Amino acid sequence: MDKLNITHLAKLSQLALSDSERAHVEQDLAHIIDMVDHMASVDTNSVEPLAHPLDAVQRLRPDEVTEEVNRNRFQRGAPATEAGLYLVPRVIE
Amino acid sequence: MIFPGIRDIAAALDRGDYSVRELTEQCLSDARTANERLNCLITIADERALAQADAIDRARARGDTGTLAGVPLVHKDIYCTEGLPTTCASRMLANFTAPYSATVVERLDAAGMVTFAKANLDEFAMGSSNENSHFGAVANPWDTDRVPGGSSGGSAASVAAGLTPVATGTDTGGSIRQPASFCGISGIKPTYGRVSRYGMIAFASSLDQGGVLARDVEDLALVLGAMAGYDERDSTSSSHDDAWLEGVSHTGVGMPDRSLTIGLPLEYFEHHTGSVALVDAAKATLEAAGARFVDVSLPNTAAAIPAYYIIAGAEASTNLSRYDGVRFGYRCENTDSIEELYERSRSEAFGAEVKRRILTGTYALSVGYYDAYYLKAQKIRRLIQNDFLRAFESVDLLLTPTTPGVAFRRGELTGDPVAMYQQDVYTTPASLAGLPAMSLPCGMHERLPVGMQLIGPHFAERALLQAGALYQRETDWHSLTPDIGEHPSADSPVQKEES
Repeated sequence: MDKLNITHLAKLSQLALSDSERAHVEQDLAHIIDMVDHMASVDTNSVEPLAHPLDAVQRLRPDEVTEEVNRNRFQRGAPATEAGLYLVPRVIE
Repeated sequence: MIFPGIRDIAAALDRGDYSVRELTEQCLSDARTANERLNCLITIADERALAQADAIDRARARGDTGTLAGVPLVHKDIYCTEGLPTTCASRMLANFTAPYSATVVERLDAAGMVTFAKANLDEFAMGSSNENSHFGAVANPWDTDRVPGGSSGGSAASVAAGLTPVATGTDTGGSIRQPASFCGISGIKPTYGRVSRYGMIAFASSLDQGGVLARDVEDLALVLGAMAGYDERDSTSSSHDDAWLEGVSHTGVGMPDRSLTIGLPLEYFEHHTGSVALVDAAKATLEAAGARFVDVSLPNTAAAIPAYYIIAGAEASTNLSRYDGVRFGYRCENTDSIEELYERSRSEAFGAEVKRRILTGTYALSVGYYDAYYLKAQKIRRLIQNDFLRAFESVDLLLTPTTPGVAFRRGELTGDPVAMYQQDVYTTPASLAGLPAMSLPCGMHERLPVGMQLIGPHFAERALLQAGALYQRETDWHSLTPDIGEHPSADSPVQKEES
């Protein structure tokens, strides 16, 4: 196994790890990856991957409006809003 | 209070032994006292419960109610409940109130069940011990130094301690069956797609399935019958009808209509623990009641844990990307950039296990690793399902231990995630295959409950429940209750209901 690039992995996961967290995470992940590497010993040649336990396909429905968006109600749980908009730090200078 | 079965509660309400309001007030008061010791509840919902209770008392007076009307209920705090906090035991959602209710909540409300509390769980249902909760660990009512199992640990502890006759749970890799086993109660995870996932906070969407925890099989069936069934709001909801399950409140579970052939998968009996001896005794009981046993082999069992942790992690890393500190949930303070807002909000609000799962899943999905991990795990998932399908060509059900051992001590496995993951060795295979599975109490080992697992073919809930009813007719392990005397109380962060 390659050396884990925790910095890259944390970036992809949108997580900021403290130095002490990083050491623990690195060790735990190494153990977890050792465990999952046992999968390599199973012969899966010509086996179809199973993505859904009942092999169901995505159901489609007629393209009709079925519910109203109630923005006020949904924004009640938002940390910061103004005039119906979600507030975030400046993205475009 | 030690609850009689749901039918006995309904009969007592019909006779007027007590009103729904009186029953609900008793539940609220018992819950508050017991929770100081067990920490099994996150929210106690006085106002909602009493309003529901009064409405059911009025409906009962009109004769306008079914078997479940007025029966107390605890929901795992992963089901969205409009007007009540839904925390998923995470700091991320500690102040979240859902703007709508889950289908499961709506259906059990409509059946007249009275939700008086929401149960503690492992954060986002990730865990096997209920130690990963932002609101603190849950104690096992049989021994408060031990874990109740997880992730539906609060639900299981609430039923075992007699706070409620029934609780909802969810099961992704064993989260109903393992805590049911550790707490000496019954718990069923139905076939994938049987219970709607709408409003059930997502962990691993191809595995997550709602279910029930109660003292016996009859109560499991009554509540499952009311919450199961097709839901157009869940794209993975199954349209496979089950008239028997829908009518079970009228017919009762009943006994199997013919002699059952039950398979014993060799791979589940390799480790000779105390549990295995008790499952052997259960086999003898079922044999005496007319069942025939045969040995079967499920050769890919050992690969289930790695495949499960890759698939569940991958799906979790995707599902949990929605927590961004912008639209709902926790937001960090004083940020200069949107990237920092995302990263710090998530890092400050997710617990260690949730971060581990997100990182594992991200690793498995990242460039260069996808084939070796995610795709490989999905292929193993197929092999595991094929093992089961082959076994079910010659047997009706499978009997196994639910867990490798009894409830372990709090803190015993927290430093070793891989050892913790191995707790799910007997429950993850049925999850990967999408099969219905149930844990029933089958004895005591060193004064702690032991559970056995019955696994059935897809949509064979009837066979599963009837076999369970047969076993519980012959035994009384399910009626044992822990001694819940006075113990030193712990701090309990029960939330106040929103008004």
